[in-house]
Amino acid sequence: MMVTEIIKGLGTTFKHLFQPPITVEYPEVTRPVRPRFKGRHELKRYQNGLEKCIGCALCAAACPADAIFVEADENNDAARFSPGERFASVYEINMLRCIFCGFCEDACPTEAIVLEHDYELSFYDRESAIYTKEKLLVGAEGAAASTPIQVQPGTLDRPIPDMQDPD
Amino acid sequence: MADSITLKIDGHSVTVPAGTLIVEAAKRADNDIPVFCYHPKLEPVGMCRMCLVEVGTPLRDRESGELQLDEHGEAKINWMPKLQTACTVPVSAGMQVRSASEKVTRARKDVVEFLLTSHPLDCPVCDKGGECPLQNLTMRHGPGKSRYLFDEKMQLQKRVPLGDLIFLDRERCIQCARCTRFQDELVGEPVIGFDQRGRALQIVTFSEPGFDSHFSGNTTDICPVGALTSADFRFGARPWELQHAPSICPHCAVGCNTHLNTRRSGRDGEAIIKRVMPRQNEKVNEIWLCDKGRFGHHFVGSAERLTVPLLRRNDQLMESSWEQALQLVAERLRAAGGEVAGLAGERLANEDLFTFRTLLEGVGGRAAQWPGRMGGGELAQQVGVGVGTDLAKLGADTVILVVASDLAEEAPLWWFKIRQAANKAGATADKSRATLIVANARETKLDRCATNSVRYRYGDEVRTVLALTHAISGGEAGLASSIVAQHNTRVAEAARAIAAAENMIIIFGSEGLDYSGSSALAQACANLLITGGHVGRVGSGLLPVWPGNNTQGAWDMGVRSAGMPVPEFTAGAGVVLLAGADPVGDGDVLPEDAFVVVSELFSTESARRADVVLPAQAFAEREGSYTSGDRRVQRFYPALPARGQTLPDWQVFARLSETLGLGAAPTGAAAVMRQIAAAIPHYAGITFERLAAVEQQWPHVGGRDSYYGGASFPNTAGLGVQTPTRAEMGHDLPRGDVHPPAVASGDLLAVPVTLLYDRGSAIARSEIMHPRLPEAYIELNMADANRADVGSGDRVALRVNGHDWELAARVSDRPPQGAVLLPRSLGGPPLACITPAVLRKVES
Repeated sequence: MMVTEIIKGLGTTFKHLFQPPITVEYPEVTRPVRPRFKGRHELKRYQNGLEKCIGCALCAAACPADAIFVEADENNDAARFSPGERFASVYEINMLRCIFCGFCEDACPTEAIVLEHDYELSFYDRESAIYTKEKLLVGAEGAAASTPIQVQPGTLDRPIPDMQDPD
Repeated sequence: MADSITLKIDGHSVTVPAGTLIVEAAKRADNDIPVFCYHPKLEPVGMCRMCLVEVGTPLRDRESGELQLDEHGEAKINWMPKLQTACTVPVSAGMQVRSASEKVTRARKDVVEFLLTSHPLDCPVCDKGGECPLQNLTMRHGPGKSRYLFDEKMQLQKRVPLGDLIFLDRERCIQCARCTRFQDELVGEPVIGFDQRGRALQIVTFSEPGFDSHFSGNTTDICPVGALTSADFRFGARPWELQHAPSICPHCAVGCNTHLNTRRSGRDGEAIIKRVMPRQNEKVNEIWLCDKGRFGHHFVGSAERLTVPLLRRNDQLMESSWEQALQLVAERLRAAGGEVAGLAGERLANEDLFTFRTLLEGVGGRAAQWPGRMGGGELAQQVGVGVGTDLAKLGADTVILVVASDLAEEAPLWWFKIRQAANKAGATADKSRATLIVANARETKLDRCATNSVRYRYGDEVRTVLALTHAISGGEAGLASSIVAQHNTRVAEAARAIAAAENMIIIFGSEGLDYSGSSALAQACANLLITGGHVGRVGSGLLPVWPGNNTQGAWDMGVRSAGMPVPEFTAGAGVVLLAGADPVGDGDVLPEDAFVVVSELFSTESARRADVVLPAQAFAEREGSYTSGDRRVQRFYPALPARGQTLPDWQVFARLSETLGLGAAPTGAAAVMRQIAAAIPHYAGITFERLAAVEQQWPHVGGRDSYYGGASFPNTAGLGVQTPTRAEMGHDLPRGDVHPPAVASGDLLAVPVTLLYDRGSAIARSEIMHPRLPEAYIELNMADANRADVGSGDRVALRVNGHDWELAARVSDRPPQGAVLLPRSLGGPPLACITPAVLRKVES
């Protein structure tokens, strides 16, 4: 009586021995994530190289964990970081505090901050858990120069991109 | 008292004084009728149409004038066919108002929609975002959706500097005219105004330099949108991120109530002051602040601050510990055998000054205030302005006499309030004007609203006041006997006005006077008040325009003026203790062999000469109390953490006293105040709790209705307590003898005058103010300029006290002939009083 049960159980074991494994060999192999996965934040740029972030600190206001610190400064046409008058001179996220809820993304009026797919966050000390603007900002693509850049006066003086349909 | 009127707003009965506007009446009934252009301190204009309400009045029979009643026996209401602006319609008996009907709600929606047709949606980058009346009222009353096309929005200039301190965003302006009306009605300097019409309408500045007013920062507070922003706070922080601490302005004797907003800096993590905002105190600064108070705070966060105690070793100041430093000072104090001279700055708090005096008395030394160039402190204690006096509310029964002071430069908010009393500008219900007599040797800004301007020669200040006293005590005969009055018909006119007045306030300064001169002037003014019986009650008394913000506190704490030059005062002292005082910087020499101890914020000239330098805490880092010129004791609170190893001055003196066995150190500033209350009779009963007491003030600011009174903060931390004068305590006050001072003579006299924007240690470290700080200059009369062949802008050499100073010249009609005005603390010669000078043009 007991023997049948044991054979049954071993049968399951043997069956799985010949099936391909469903675990992945992390870190050699990384699993793909879903498109809307909320990983580490990135600060995005426009095509012309300007930062999307305008330093409005609405992300910091929306953050339930108080993980974001923003300090703003004023742009000028000779050294422009972002469209409009204001840019973030200091932008820090404390990844130890962040709960990856994505509220910052929702609050952002310029879609500058996006929770991307990097989830490999580990630190040896607390200070390196604070991601500064340099770490968060994505690199300028192609021919676009990195910020600050010099622009024609009067060309990029609107902070919020025009919306096609304000509703 | 005005008659009361009862009306019904949304069915609720409200009783208010006659003449009240509907919007105010509703406010008193806790009904917030939305407004943009209306401001309780300004005349109503009804420009924005946001406050539209339905108004009805009781119907009366045309023949009999009887009220027509309906079937329920209630008065029939005749509703006006169109909506009325609640900010321009005064209440009337039996009036009914509907502020929440469908018609009204609809109108508000439309007004908001209209305002937003061209308002940019840049709230995320707008400094007003978060405390913006337009934002709040749009959320509460707006339509939520616009029917206008986004593409048709006007795109205007975003960054228009109106001056060095104020920026205009033309897109955001909703043309409410609060800023222009404030400058025009309340300040009387219409340096900004509307240009063009309709959609092209914009705010422009007419002055050179732009927005040339000492009150420009206030327009950013009352702006209901983010159109006006200050250069200091531009993109500084979002309002909801700021920490709050109530404080008192440390710049002049007015003692404006301020609100410090602080935040951690992203650069080094240190907390810094982000902005200084006014805190409502209707008796002091109402809801206003001058630009020096608003923008002159950067000395607190300066990198030049002293943070560690320094000891002199091998002729070098080396870092040390507090224990070592205090031990050394205590040893020296003990060894000095009573030969200790202490000078305490007039900017120290009451607690510092009291412990300073206790320490010096304990070691048998002598204490005095520094610079101590103005006398009359004890007279202010005797016959000072009555408790509860509000300078802006003085009426027709009052004469205000301003002597030897340029109030606009020395105490801007007093100037502002006196101007209101004399002009009855703005929305002041009582329009009776006080009589303003301005006596000065030169023209000042206050002359513009004076009823009578009395001119005297520099040196005749005391004689002028004596002549007035003669005149009112001896009538016309007395006037005739006065030599000054014979030559000056204005004096006679002034005397008649004074004799006829029920109340009188004398505001005296020290322009052109040294300690003995200003003491004599104070005594002459006090005698004039006592002669007329204008002492010991509200609306009368003496008000000194002190050079320091806590000079009155220093007198009250028993740290009086030395009445002699610093070298004389410190002569023979083994130890010289300087707290917030920099006599070396003013050219005074301390005794060669004296051991000098300096407690300071910065490495001043005196600190460089010192043997021990103790780092002090700035007002924003500690608690304490200041006493303003009208003897109002006001408490300030810590806003920032202590910097480095700094300690408040009182703690240093108390610890020294303890080391020397003069009694245990008090545990906190509140405990020092308890000692003060026990030791000083007219401070009896004052505690930090009492100083923190508040009451409901009008107009109501802050709270839900940031749109009503502007962005100034409500007062929740204390209105302060005015100490009673001896006159009010019922003491008999004899008139003192007046000894007119000797007058300097010469063809040309250099007269030191005070400017609001100078290069003193407080304001020179606010870089934002630098464009407004002039280079050292002298101002001289056309006749004198012609004689020396000098034109405006020329370089001149001024020889005073045996030294030549090269300065710029300005020629104007303000100074009298034979006098050159020499602004203090601009880098020119430091003069204590009027000094003979020789002027020569420097050929370039």
